[in-house]
Amino acid sequence: MTEKRFESAPGDEIESEAPLRVFRYRGFTRANHWLTAACMIVLLLSGAAFFHPSLFWLTGLFGGGQMTRWLHPLVGVLLFFSFMGLFLQMWRLNLPRREDVEWSLKIGDVLKGNEENLPELGKYNAGQKGVFWGMSGLIMVLIVSGVMIWEQYFPNLVSIPVRRAAVVVHALAALGSLFIFIAHVYAAIWTRGTISAMTRGTVTGGWAFRHHRKWFKELARRKRDEPSEGSAEVNGAVGQDLAAQGHAVKPR
Amino acid sequence: MTSLAPEPLTAASNPPTQPLESNLLPTDVRRISATAHVPPPTRQLTEVAKLIDVSKCIGCKACQSACIQWNDTHPEVEENVGIYENPHDLTPDMFTLMRFAEWENPETNELEWLIRKDGCMHCEDPGCLKSCPAPGAIVQYTNGVVDFISENCIGCGYCVKGCPFDVPRIHKTAHVSKKCTLCSDRIAVGQGPACAKACPTQCITFGPKEEMKALAAERVEDLKERGYDNAGLYDPQGVGGTHVMYVLHHADKPSIYSGLPVDPRISPLVEAWKGPAKKLGLMAAGAAFLGSALHGIFAKPNEVSEHEEEEAEELYEDIVHEAPEASGGEAHGPVASGEEAR
Ligand code: HEM
Ligand code: SF4
Ligand code: SF4
Ligand code: SF4
Repeated sequence: MTEKRFESAPGDEIESEAPLRVFRYRGFTRANHWLTAACMIVLLLSGAAFFHPSLFWLTGLFGGGQMTRWLHPLVGVLLFFSFMGLFLQMWRLNLPRREDVEWSLKIGDVLKGNEENLPELGKYNAGQKGVFWGMSGLIMVLIVSGVMIWEQYFPNLVSIPVRRAAVVVHALAALGSLFIFIAHVYAAIWTRGTISAMTRGTVTGGWAFRHHRKWFKELARRKRDEPSEGSAEVNGAVGQDLAAQGHAVKPR
Repeated sequence: MTSLAPEPLTAASNPPTQPLESNLLPTDVRRISATAHVPPPTRQLTEVAKLIDVSKCIGCKACQSACIQWNDTHPEVEENVGIYENPHDLTPDMFTLMRFAEWENPETNELEWLIRKDGCMHCEDPGCLKSCPAPGAIVQYTNGVVDFISENCIGCGYCVKGCPFDVPRIHKTAHVSKKCTLCSDRIAVGQGPACAKACPTQCITFGPKEEMKALAAERVEDLKERGYDNAGLYDPQGVGGTHVMYVLHHADKPSIYSGLPVDPRISPLVEAWKGPAKKLGLMAAGAAFLGSALHGIFAKPNEVSEHEEEEAEELYEDIVHEAPEASGGEAHGPVASGEEAR
C-alpha cells in the first residue's frame, strides 16, 4: 500500500527519474497562486497611490483616481477569495513542526546558504510558514478593515471614529504585507530553482534534496510503493521487495 | 475689459450690473490637498467668516432653500422622520441643515428649542484637507474658504474620516465629495453667501472675520444682559478657529445644540495616519524594495550544486530499491552512492 501523506500535498510526486524532477504544485494550485499574486500587485500599486501623495501618479496605471478608487476594493475581495483557495490547500503543511525551531535558531546558516547544517525539512521551512501565516493574518485584517472604509458600498457600516482606526490599521497591515511580499519574492529568486515550482510545477531532485529532504523522501517512498504500472524497470524490481519491506520502512 | 470683483464685505450687497472677473485666483490658494509645496500666495485676502447667531434663528429654513437654489442641487423629497429636520441629515445635495433640539434648562426648568444651522465650518486647520489623498481635490484660499474641487476628487471618503464635524458627504452617483463651499463662487464676485443673503432675521451674517467677531461680541453682551450668562462665541481653537462661527446662548455646553463638538480637533488617529509616520512607512517600503533588489543582484545566490543533484538521485535510488542487495544494473546504483555518501 502507498504510504500515507504526512509531508506532501495531493499531486506532489516524483515526476521523472532521468533527470530526476519532482512535481510540487498542480496546475490548479499554480493558477490560484498567480491569480493571488496578480491581485496582490494590483492592490499594492493602487493602495500605494492612496498611501502617499508622491505615489498618486500610480493611479494612472489603472485609468485615473476614480477608477483606482473603484478597483482597489474589488480586487481586494478577489484577493481574499483567491487567497482563501491557497489557504485551504496549504494550511496543513504549514503547521509548525519540531524541526522549525532548530531551523529558526540556525537562521545564520540559512542566510549563508549552509543548508548542510540545517535539519531535514518537510514541504515548507519555517520562513515559508512565516510568509504563509503572516499573509493569512494580514489579509484577514485587510479585508475586515477594508470593508469598514469602503465608501462606495459600506458608507455607514461603522462609525466615523471606528473608520479612522480602520484606515490606520489598513495602512499598517498593507505595509506589513508589502514587507512579506518582498521577502517572499526575494526568497523565491535567491533560492535558485524555486520559480519553476510555480511555473512548470516541478523542481529538480537536487532542489528537493537540498531544501526539503523529508518531503522528497516521502515522495520517493510513495513512488516505491506505487502499484507497478509505472516505469517498469524500477518498479518491477522493487515490486516484490515491497510486500516484505513496507512495514519496516514506515517508521522513518 | 472687465475689472476684478471687489472683496465681499457683507451679504447684503446687491449684485453688480457689469460683468466682473473672479477675484478668487489660483494664486490665492494657501493649502492644497496631497500637495506638499504650495507656491506662497502672492497676496493675502481679507479673512472672511459667516456668523450664525443661534439666538436669532427662527428655523424657517430659508437658508436651506437658498443654498439648494444657488448650488443647483436636487435633494430628494424624503419622508418625515418625526422631527423638523428635513432632509434627515446633511446629504450630497443638502450642504446645510437646520438641526432642532429640545433642551430642558435645569436652572429655569424651561424647555428651550435650540436650532442650529449645521454645515461645513471652514476650519482654519481643515481635517478634510489633511486626509485627502488626491492632489488638488481640496483647497483652502487665503480668505479661509475651504473648497472641494470635484474634478480632482476620487470619491474615496477620506475627508469624511478627517472632518471633526461630520460634514462631507459622498455623492452616490457622481462619486465625489460634497459640502458647503461658503459660496466661493459668489465670494469670488464680491457677493456674500446665498444662505446669509436669504436669512430674514439676519441670524446669518457675513463679512471680514474680525468684523464678525466684533459683531458677535455685541450680540454676546446683549444676550448676557438678557440673562444668558454663558452666552459666547463658538470659534473653536482646536482647529485653529473656523470661518463659520456661532453665537450660542449656552456657549459652555455646545453639545446641547444637536451634538456640536465641545472641543473639536483633528483626531489623533488622523494625525498619526497622515503624520510623519507615513513618510517613515514610505521610506521603509522603499528601502525594503531597493535593498532586496540590490542584495539580489550582488549577494551569492542559494544554488543547488551538481553534487546535490547526484546525491538526490542516489538517495532516490536507495529508497526506491530499499533492499541493499537490489543493486541491479542502473547507472547510479547504490554502489556509487556507497562511494560518495558522506
Ligand atoms: C493585500 C491586500 C491589500 C493591500 C496591500 C492594500 C493596500 C492599501 C493601501 C496602502 C491603502 C491606502 C491606505 C492609506 O491611504 O493610508 C488602501 C486603501 C484602501 N483599501 Fe486596501 N489593501 C489591500 C486589501 C484590501 C481589501 C481586501 C479591501 C476591501 C475589501 C481594501 C479596501 C480598501 C479601501 C476601501 C481603501 C480606501 C481607498 C479606496 O477607497 O480605494 N483593501 N489599501
Ligand atoms: S472623497 Fe474626494 S475630497 Fe474627499 S478625501 Fe477623497 S478625494 Fe479628497
Ligand atoms: S468642517 Fe469638516 S469639511 Fe469643513 S473645513 Fe472643517 S474639516 Fe473640512
Ligand atoms: S454658504 Fe453657500 S453653500 Fe454654504 S450653506 Fe450657505 S448657501 Fe449653502
